[in-house]
Amino acid sequence: MFDLATIKDLLGLVNYWVVIVLMMAGFYTVIAQHNLIKKVVGLNIFQVSVFVFYISMGKVSGGSAPILKDGIETYSNPLPHVLILTAIVVGVATTSLALALVVRIHHSYDTIEEDEIQTIEHGEEDIA
Amino acid sequence: MLFSFISEAQAIQLAVVLPLFGGLVVWWLGERNRNLREAASLITAMAEFLVVASLTPEVLDGARPSVDLFEMLPGLTITLTVEPLGQLFALIASGLWVVNTVYSIGYMRKNNEGNQTRFYICFTIAISAAVGIAYAGNVLTLFLFYEVLTISTYPLVTHSGKADAVRGGRVYLGILMATSIGFLFLAMLWTYNLTGTLDFVEGGILAGQVQGPELAVLMLLYMYGIGKAALMPVHRWLPAAMVAPTPVSALLHAVAVVKAGVFSVVKVVVYIFGLDLLTDTQGADWLLFIAGFTIIAASIIALRQDNLKRRLAYSTISQLSYVILATAILAPISVAGAALHMAAHALGKITLFFAAGSIYTAAHKTKVSQLDGIGKRMPFTMIAFGIGALSMIGLPPTAGFISKWYILSGALETGEAFAILVIIASTLLNAGYFLPILYVAFFKDQKMRPPDDPYSKYDHHGEAPVAMVMALSFTALGTIALFFFPEVPLALGRALVGG
Amino acid sequence: MITASDPWLLLLVVVPLLAAPVCVLLRSPSGAWSVATAVSWAVFGISIKLLLTVLEHGQAVYRIGGWDAPWGIEYVLDPLGAFVVLIVAGIGAVTMPYAKRSVEKEIRKDRIYLFYTMLLLCLSGLLGITVTGDAFNLFVFLEISSLSTYVLISMGQDRRALTAAFRYLIMGTIGATFYIIGVGLMYQVTGTLNFADLKTIMPAVIETRTILAALAFLTVGISLKLALFPLHMWLPNAYTFAPSVVTAFLAATATKVSVYVLLRIIFTVFGDVDIFASFPLQPVLIAMALAAMFLASLSAIWQENVKRMLAYSSIAQIGYIVLGIALATEAGLSGGIVHMFNHALMKGTAFFAIGAVIYATGAVTLKDLEGIGKRMPVTMAAFVIAGLGLIGVPLTPGFISKWQLVTAALELDMWPLAALILLSSLLAVIYVWRVFEVAYLREPAITADKPADVPLSMLVPIWTLAGAAIYFGANGTFTLDLADTAARHLMGGF
Repeated sequence: MFDLATIKDLLGLVNYWVVIVLMMAGFYTVIAQHNLIKKVVGLNIFQVSVFVFYISMGKVSGGSAPILKDGIETYSNPLPHVLILTAIVVGVATTSLALALVVRIHHSYDTIEEDEIQTIEHGEEDIA
Repeated sequence: MLFSFISEAQAIQLAVVLPLFGGLVVWWLGERNRNLREAASLITAMAEFLVVASLTPEVLDGARPSVDLFEMLPGLTITLTVEPLGQLFALIASGLWVVNTVYSIGYMRKNNEGNQTRFYICFTIAISAAVGIAYAGNVLTLFLFYEVLTISTYPLVTHSGKADAVRGGRVYLGILMATSIGFLFLAMLWTYNLTGTLDFVEGGILAGQVQGPELAVLMLLYMYGIGKAALMPVHRWLPAAMVAPTPVSALLHAVAVVKAGVFSVVKVVVYIFGLDLLTDTQGADWLLFIAGFTIIAASIIALRQDNLKRRLAYSTISQLSYVILATAILAPISVAGAALHMAAHALGKITLFFAAGSIYTAAHKTKVSQLDGIGKRMPFTMIAFGIGALSMIGLPPTAGFISKWYILSGALETGEAFAILVIIASTLLNAGYFLPILYVAFFKDQKMRPPDDPYSKYDHHGEAPVAMVMALSFTALGTIALFFFPEVPLALGRALVGG
Repeated sequence: MITASDPWLLLLVVVPLLAAPVCVLLRSPSGAWSVATAVSWAVFGISIKLLLTVLEHGQAVYRIGGWDAPWGIEYVLDPLGAFVVLIVAGIGAVTMPYAKRSVEKEIRKDRIYLFYTMLLLCLSGLLGITVTGDAFNLFVFLEISSLSTYVLISMGQDRRALTAAFRYLIMGTIGATFYIIGVGLMYQVTGTLNFADLKTIMPAVIETRTILAALAFLTVGISLKLALFPLHMWLPNAYTFAPSVVTAFLAATATKVSVYVLLRIIFTVFGDVDIFASFPLQPVLIAMALAAMFLASLSAIWQENVKRMLAYSSIAQIGYIVLGIALATEAGLSGGIVHMFNHALMKGTAFFAIGAVIYATGAVTLKDLEGIGKRMPVTMAAFVIAGLGLIGVPLTPGFISKWQLVTAALELDMWPLAALILLSSLLAVIYVWRVFEVAYLREPAITADKPADVPLSMLVPIWTLAGAAIYFGANGTFTLDLADTAARHLMGGF
């Protein structure tokens, strides 16, 4: 069914498979879960998939860490790694803010289940 | 210039700004200084009329004074240009505003209407917009003031704030906004796209730019875009606006709004399309039929209305289409007749509405069927009503006779059998819905309302307040005067078509 | 085009960024407010200076750390960017004075300094997005502005502000992540993050599937941020429950900046390739824009809460902007760009006016606004101007936008489109007039007889915006010329 070359090709793209699986898992969790904490977890998985994507992108086969040293010809690209350091920081900030909001929501609604919150909100009048 | 201390350009600007300034003074004086407020309204109206009138001699001499106000879009300015037709419309609007103000003071006080300051302010804005329309030097300027007029009259139509007024206001605003934004705006942009200009130019700007079905579609967009001309089927706003106080109805029907509509129609036909282009291409043929249909249909509907103001409203719809019909005949003499008919109808219809308002104020009657014998209690009002009615029918010695004469001459000249038939048929119909009112008013005996009717206490009424009677007598006399002295409007009408 | 380094570009971003922690250190509400106001005015001054520079030289550039692009991060401002910066900084400068009293009323005293911190961060982020010439740097600023926005929204009085902020956080983060995926894919193929550099490399690689995937991710991600229908679900609640000041500020600026990013991607990064040929972007964008114009306007008609009504109206107005962009002609682009400015003025005025009503009476539903026109004549007059602008009545900026958009449609012989633009403005008549009817034709409730009081510090900003709306409605030449210049630059090159 599969010849060796195809299988090699597919395995060679393993980092992309990991990224796609993680991304879809995270995305699905964000959409399908009603629990706000689980949504945040899903969002994190979603973001992590992008981190993996960037990090694997910068790796050059056989390349070493980008430090000048005699006898080393190939280096990995450091730029995506640096970028992702920033993205991780942003991700942490986002997560902490999301968790803080969940805590506040729990205080005011006594629940963190989205459908329950919607039921409560449905009956509320609009007063600024 | 009548006044040497201001230039023509200043006078034109003043004509648009003066009412607004008057509105500011009215706002500042407010409800606390009612007498001063009303005085300010009246003085503004008189001054406005003087300013507008002062421009007449120049225009008759062939001058076309013009002034650019500001550049709204790259290459497109808001421009005011005085030309004969616009001068005529400005004269009508500002002249009748004076009379209408006198009448309003009597009406609003006697009927204890609320929000009178708002009423007078909106009135000033409406007049300013009407004069702006009259002096518009290009379609953009016309559109600008057209919309200002729509919006400033909306609070007047919904003045009472009651449910029926709000509903009437929705129809009023909905139709006028929908037609102007949906059609007129598009027509304007299309014209600009074709010609690169929007100026009103003698002989039109579209010649050679568009032909065949496209011309007819553009014409359609313009004619239905100008919803204020009340061409069927976009006439419904006019009866809907009948919920407004009578001075507002007079403003809508005689002073500004519908006149702005037919004025714009004439202006677009003469200065954008050009009579020659339309004669050559038959692009306006359909307009003749629609206008004819509107005249007859509105007259038939008017025949069946028992509410006096509604009957007058449908009469207006029919009379407006006279102007459109006269324009669509495309003969210079009938276009001059159209201009004259605007003046004649304005004077006649304002008289009729003033009379209807007087009847309501004095007797609290709104229906034709209640008017038996009212001529004996209100002789001045009903005689004036009779004169207005004669002018609508087109009988001498009233102004309506002359304008119809000119329109008919134009139709004979071009051999438009359809137009001639319409005019004859509608004259009969007009007589059919006006003469019975006069008959019952003068030759029948009053039917007293039963004592449990809350309005029965008004059964022993006399004339309306003196301010109102003065105003309506004045306009009735004006209708007769215009029959004997039609020189100024006629000269302006002739100058319009270069005759 | 080598231009001398212009340090004002850096200051534009750094001044509000550094002022934010100062507010935290001050901790006093009035101290924080003073700093924020001073900074916002300074930023506005800088934005005017930059606009003049850009109009004179075509662009302004600053290289961070002296590194040349594409190695270093470059701040670069073209006419479009200068125009957007002017919008953001201008709205910021009128927002701050307005904020003082409104915030005192709506936000707990011990949190006010944090509010101004967040507002400054948001301002800094929005300005950063506009000036940066680097795709990843843009992401960082996007997240700075987004994170501060989530906090600002959650500070609303109603507890539903919390869930609105949370929902926006989820959607916004997904949008930003999509953007960063797109940038990653582009980097993988081109090896650069600099917009100008991307533009030159793009023609060689446009046929690859990676680039098409990148474009798809970028478009969807940005569309989420700019609330393009049907990705607008976060916006109505966020605008409804955020504090009045925040709603006004965001409605006038945040979506505009997102539109800017979309323009940057389509017309700069993909400027030298015909993406409309290789990717069905045009029909998709036009369809989405039309759907926004009609469906969001229809939703607005049914709203009882005026803030939510205006929020739906914003979604519809974004439709107009995107429609102009999707036409992809100079006239269409300038229509979209000029509407960014005009809509900022009109929506800013409208939300300011409603904010003042909330301040004075606490009312926000149509039911509670009965007779408000009589009780707050000055405030509501400004609202009337804004409302007429949304309809597109002449003498308001909305007329200028519609003129330009319809002209653009007619130039392309797209008749149905021209008709649809006008038709959708009629929907605006309905929702705007619902408020007018209630405000002016109903009598105020008996309990609320006395005129409601709004402090001058709120009235002046309201009328500054309303006055600007009238001025730019009467004189569309200035804004249209500017938009034309910006559009020409976008179409012609960086």
